Amino acid sequence: MTQTSSSHKVGQRWRKPHFISNSTLRWCLAVGAISYLIAAIASVEVDWARVYEGLDRGFDFIMAFTQPDFSSRASDIWEGLLESIVMTVAASVVGVAISIPIGLGAARNIAPLPVYIICRGIVAISRALQEIIVAILLVAIFGFGPLAGFLTLSFATIGFLSKLLAEDIEAMDKVQAEAIQASGAGWMQWINYGVQPQVMPRLVGLSIYRIDINFRESAILGLVGAGGIGATLNTAFDRYEYDTAAAILILIIGIVMALEYISGVVRARVQ
Amino acid sequence: MPVFSKDDTQIWRRRTPRERLGDGFVWLTGFTIFAVCWSQISQATTWFFVWDAPRIAGDIWDRATPPKWEYITQLGRPIWDTINIATLGTLIALALAFPVAFLAARNTTPSRAFIRPVALLIIVSTRSINSLIWALLLIAVIGPGVFAGIIAIAIRSIGFCAKLLYEAIEEIETSQVEAITATGASRWQVMAYGIVPQILPAFAGVAVFRWDINIRESTVLGMVGAGGIGLQLSSSLNVLAWPQVSLILVVILAAVIISEWVSAKVRGAII
Amino acid sequence: MLQILNLSKTYKTGDQALKSIVLEVPKGQVLALIGPSGAGKSTMIRCINRLVEPTGGKVLLDGKDIVTLGSSALRKARREMGMIFQEYALVERLTVMENVLSGRLGYVGFWRSFLRRYPQSDVDEAFRLLDRVGLLHMADKRADELSGGQRQRIGICRALIQNPKLLLIDEPTASLDPKTSRQIMRLITELCAERGLAAIINIHDVALAQLFVPRVVGLRFGEIVFDGLPTELTPDKLNEIYGEEDWEATIETVEVRQR
Repeated sequence: MTQTSSSHKVGQRWRKPHFISNSTLRWCLAVGAISYLIAAIASVEVDWARVYEGLDRGFDFIMAFTQPDFSSRASDIWEGLLESIVMTVAASVVGVAISIPIGLGAARNIAPLPVYIICRGIVAISRALQEIIVAILLVAIFGFGPLAGFLTLSFATIGFLSKLLAEDIEAMDKVQAEAIQASGAGWMQWINYGVQPQVMPRLVGLSIYRIDINFRESAILGLVGAGGIGATLNTAFDRYEYDTAAAILILIIGIVMALEYISGVVRARVQ
Repeated sequence: MPVFSKDDTQIWRRRTPRERLGDGFVWLTGFTIFAVCWSQISQATTWFFVWDAPRIAGDIWDRATPPKWEYITQLGRPIWDTINIATLGTLIALALAFPVAFLAARNTTPSRAFIRPVALLIIVSTRSINSLIWALLLIAVIGPGVFAGIIAIAIRSIGFCAKLLYEAIEEIETSQVEAITATGASRWQVMAYGIVPQILPAFAGVAVFRWDINIRESTVLGMVGAGGIGLQLSSSLNVLAWPQVSLILVVILAAVIISEWVSAKVRGAII
Repeated sequence: MLQILNLSKTYKTGDQALKSIVLEVPKGQVLALIGPSGAGKSTMIRCINRLVEPTGGKVLLDGKDIVTLGSSALRKARREMGMIFQEYALVERLTVMENVLSGRLGYVGFWRSFLRRYPQSDVDEAFRLLDRVGLLHMADKRADELSGGQRQRIGICRALIQNPKLLLIDEPTASLDPKTSRQIMRLITELCAERGLAAIINIHDVALAQLFVPRVVGLRFGEIVFDGLPTELTPDKLNEIYGEEDWEATIETVEVRQR
């Protein structure tokens, strides 16, 4: 072990080594980042007069949270919320059910190549398209109403769950599954005894998490006519009925919090 | 205990009869709930449209292909706007999520009884509301445009980022913090030397992860008027210009693929 | 130089970790603190620089009572006490130089430390210390790239760059192999002798303690039950401190080594 003498180091300046050691690269990135920021901020046109005007309205809205109006549009709110919940539940059930076979098919260590490609393709399409876009297309095809919303959420659930399930299966402990295989079990038995016990806890956790996400998404699908509370909320905004809007938002936050709490409890028990 | 005797012989069942009854009850309830939800959806659906759906879908597909490639010249500015909404929104959100996370983490909050619950409330409420709803709200207050989109994305992302950040903060090694405290460092120095270096990988990961999701969300914000490519999408749909719609979808798909690639690359480099 | 008067620590659960400890450490003296797990050794060391808040008594460092100090005075007092930890407690993602320089945080303002602009005298002292422990060539490596023994040496540099009057050392060799343990103990005692530093070393390896330090204090159930020379540590005394055990084997190994 060579020892550098400190006597020639003493007196030398010390600086912390840079995160990116290549100085040209560092400078290029820095210059690039700064020019991007300047260009981006400059291109944002803000009508400050309008913003200033709007602050009053914004303040009104914040005040509305202190006196939310649950009663004047109670039946609309109730219907909308119920529709959202119904859509969420149905879509989550169907979505989880279909995700399981597709998830199995998207796992490289279980599925044969053609099945793997098809399943991964489905997952990729589902994940790339935003729920709203899918909802618009489905409304165009299937008509207005919660059916389109239900289908949208199911499709989105499949993309989310199948990918995570497939990743989990691909990362599972091979030895446990091999042992089952070695005993001469059939394919379905192998899945049931070798794969399922390892991925089940996380699958349950993820499904509950997805229910939460689905509910949040269901709140906006109504904006494009796919059912749920989104339509009621939009109308409230359009009519400047801020207290009703505040009421709806408070309800949404409340339900999401409740779902999160349940999700935490279930996940703790399953793990 | 799943081992019990029956007519003098020991048998083993995975669940005791009592547990089986409980399981059966749970499945029955679940099934009933699903059936109720399905009937609600069914009642609200105009089944005539559903049966007609394949024909409509085929019709749309015919009209939408091939995409109108020339239209892409008009998409330059909207694409630029969309990227800005996502990037600037994420940057603002990160700047705000950082302090909120510190206030929400059990080990760094100045007051567990008062400040922590407030910080957690901020996190839950900003997470529960979709960015589209925030956009609606902001447009009602400060008017349509890219600015509303940026703020909407920023607000939504604060909750998401702060939650992941505070979970990372709660998991740091206390011995490093203790050591820095023992040298006589001030509170801020302890944060800068003892805490921040430990959460940097998490921070970078969360930042890029959220940016990727925000690109997706920004593409649809325009549909309610918050700038970006969604505006084009909305207007094309209104006039049923399907070839334009399909081009826009292709562009969105490309943007999502690129941003996911960048996100995966950066996250790989940070670890 | 360090006087501990009736130091007590009782936890909220009713646990009495320390019962009226009285101890005096003159300048330049290295002493070892031994005792079974749960005797209060770690607690005592942490009470001295108030990483753990004592519930009673006084800790006088050069006449100043640390227990009553406000937060900024406490920080100044902590500068004078360097602490070395069992699991090294280096900031893993920072480099060796940054870890050593972090010992000067009590002397340097926030912005200077944030931008890493330490005064040249601090940087020079860091170079000298790293050279003294033989790790100058590792100055810009990340702390988590070092082995256990190397990390502990960096921990020692960090404590020494504070220019302290007293070293508080919590089980420095617990996570190290026997050979490295001896190297570290030798290094610590040599450095204390060079700089005239007092030190309290919390250590569980009795034989190691006897080899290197001139004074041993034994703690049991929060009370001092032994205070004297290492040679006075007979098997009876050890039984008092630790409980029944075959001490002959331990003592014999020490004698063999000393020959």
